[in-house]
Amino acid sequence: MATVTTTRRAPGGVGVMPDTPGWARWANEHRKWLFAAPAMVFVAALIVIPLGWTAWLSLTDAEGSVRAESEFVGFQNYLDVLSDTDRFWPAVGRTAAFTVVALLFEVVLGMAVALLLWRPFKGQKWVRVAILMPLVATPVAVGMMWRLIFDPNIGLANQVLGWVGIGPQPWLAGQHSALPTTIFIDVWQWTPMVVLILLAGLTSLSDEPQEAARIDGASAWQRFRHVTLPLLMPTVIVAILLRGIDALKTFDILYATKGRGGGSFHEVETLNVYAYGLSFDYNEYGVSSTVLILFFLIIIGAMWALTARRKGARR
Amino acid sequence: MKASPSYRVFRVVALVVVVLSLVTPLLWMIAASFKTNVDIYDTGKALVFSPTLDNYATVLQQSHYVQFIGNSLWVAFAATVLSLILGVPAAYSMSRFNMKKSALVVLMARVIPGVSLLVPWYYVFSNLQLVGGFTVLILSHMFVSLPLIVYIMMGFFDGLPEELEEAALVDGLTHIGAFRRVTLPLSVPGIATAGILSFIFSWNNFMFALVLSGADTKTLPVAIFDFVGYASIDWGGLMAAATVVTLPIMVIALFVQKYVVSGLTAGATKG
Repeated sequence: MATVTTTRRAPGGVGVMPDTPGWARWANEHRKWLFAAPAMVFVAALIVIPLGWTAWLSLTDAEGSVRAESEFVGFQNYLDVLSDTDRFWPAVGRTAAFTVVALLFEVVLGMAVALLLWRPFKGQKWVRVAILMPLVATPVAVGMMWRLIFDPNIGLANQVLGWVGIGPQPWLAGQHSALPTTIFIDVWQWTPMVVLILLAGLTSLSDEPQEAARIDGASAWQRFRHVTLPLLMPTVIVAILLRGIDALKTFDILYATKGRGGGSFHEVETLNVYAYGLSFDYNEYGVSSTVLILFFLIIIGAMWALTARRKGARR
Repeated sequence: MKASPSYRVFRVVALVVVVLSLVTPLLWMIAASFKTNVDIYDTGKALVFSPTLDNYATVLQQSHYVQFIGNSLWVAFAATVLSLILGVPAAYSMSRFNMKKSALVVLMARVIPGVSLLVPWYYVFSNLQLVGGFTVLILSHMFVSLPLIVYIMMGFFDGLPEELEEAALVDGLTHIGAFRRVTLPLSVPGIATAGILSFIFSWNNFMFALVLSGADTKTLPVAIFDFVGYASIDWGGLMAAATVVTLPIMVIALFVQKYVVSGLTAGATKG
């Protein structure tokens, strides 16, 4: 066996045996792109190009059959959509309300539960199992499950309210209660996600600042407010970011509980549900692409605002 | 650190409330799947009822559910395996060569609303007469699983010391040989995490299959809607169908809890 005589870090030299065949030597030298290229080609073909196509469609009047001719109409769709106070702006409002309210509850409740779970105790394993269950449950099935529980006539929710003397509520069936009810479902399913992320953050914190604050006589609330929370802030922002992106794009539970168009009065029609309906119920591809591009810009804007805060918080 | 007795009582009560509110709805769904529709409508029989397997018989016999279970398994499995083949080496390169921009492009897929890709996909694939087939369905699910796998594996490779590979190089292995014989075997826990999460997300995915699957390639989340009629809902059948979709994934998650948690929280604490 030949010994390796090349020095380390020599170009293409390290770990290349003198008797390696040429193609293997080539592969070795170009492994950076050889490894990354297949995934990048996939992403380019199925994500970047389609996204570009959506951007193009948003400038056309494409509708009806996918084989139909379409014409370039410039920014006409954007003018139409942005001046549409009937469906578009209400959908923007619902998307924002859904995301902000759901996130608020999920982060506050998630923080509370994470703090409860922080210090080890007997039976912690079982609590963790319970927390994992909603997370892995199929969202559509979760939607159906809550549909039964929130059924105005036979559901468990109104039955429980009856025990404490409150009259039956319409829940998902009500024009004004449908959106809050879907927010409740989202909070039920995804608060555990925030709990897990914050718990991972809490576990990685060192004990010393806590101890120091305790010795200085800080109360539990003061220790949380002035020691734990600032240290945990980067993790909180990651949790908000990850959960916020998914909350903006919520589709499954809205479709499972209210069906097409977010119900007969569009009471839970968010941007995602609206764009889906435009595309696949009405085949208005041009307009739906416009809505999607605007939606995408909103998501990017929200993320940018949050990451800017994150960098600010770290300073 | 010692907690005060009153806090400990509070904590036990609070934890019981948390566990009950998370688990009760799921148990309610499973209980309803064993009830006749008459019992479901009778609020007096909420807890005490005579269990029946009729709903499961309906689901499994009348509605091709066995076939749909197979479809879901096949799509989730194929999307996961293909995404691992593409994603693991890519994540390795992106981690070792610090390819921040390439990584960003892949991870953007987690941000893009799925509908904005569905429109162009639908255009292309229906012109190629591929809509309704497994190929398109698997490709669309890879849109979810590939970025997830790249994200989890990049975090994993970042934490794997480079010295191990360097030692293998000194021992005469090529770079690719070192990746194959040293790095990959050490990455089994990371690959398991990424694979399990990818499988769960693909199994649960609804929107892509709603548009791209056909009558024969329907996956379970789409098939559930067979039990929702315009006029009335077969609650027993619906709950049995929902249980068939979600119970297996919950049982799997129970056994591989550690991996699921580490996958879901991957990268969250790096700051």
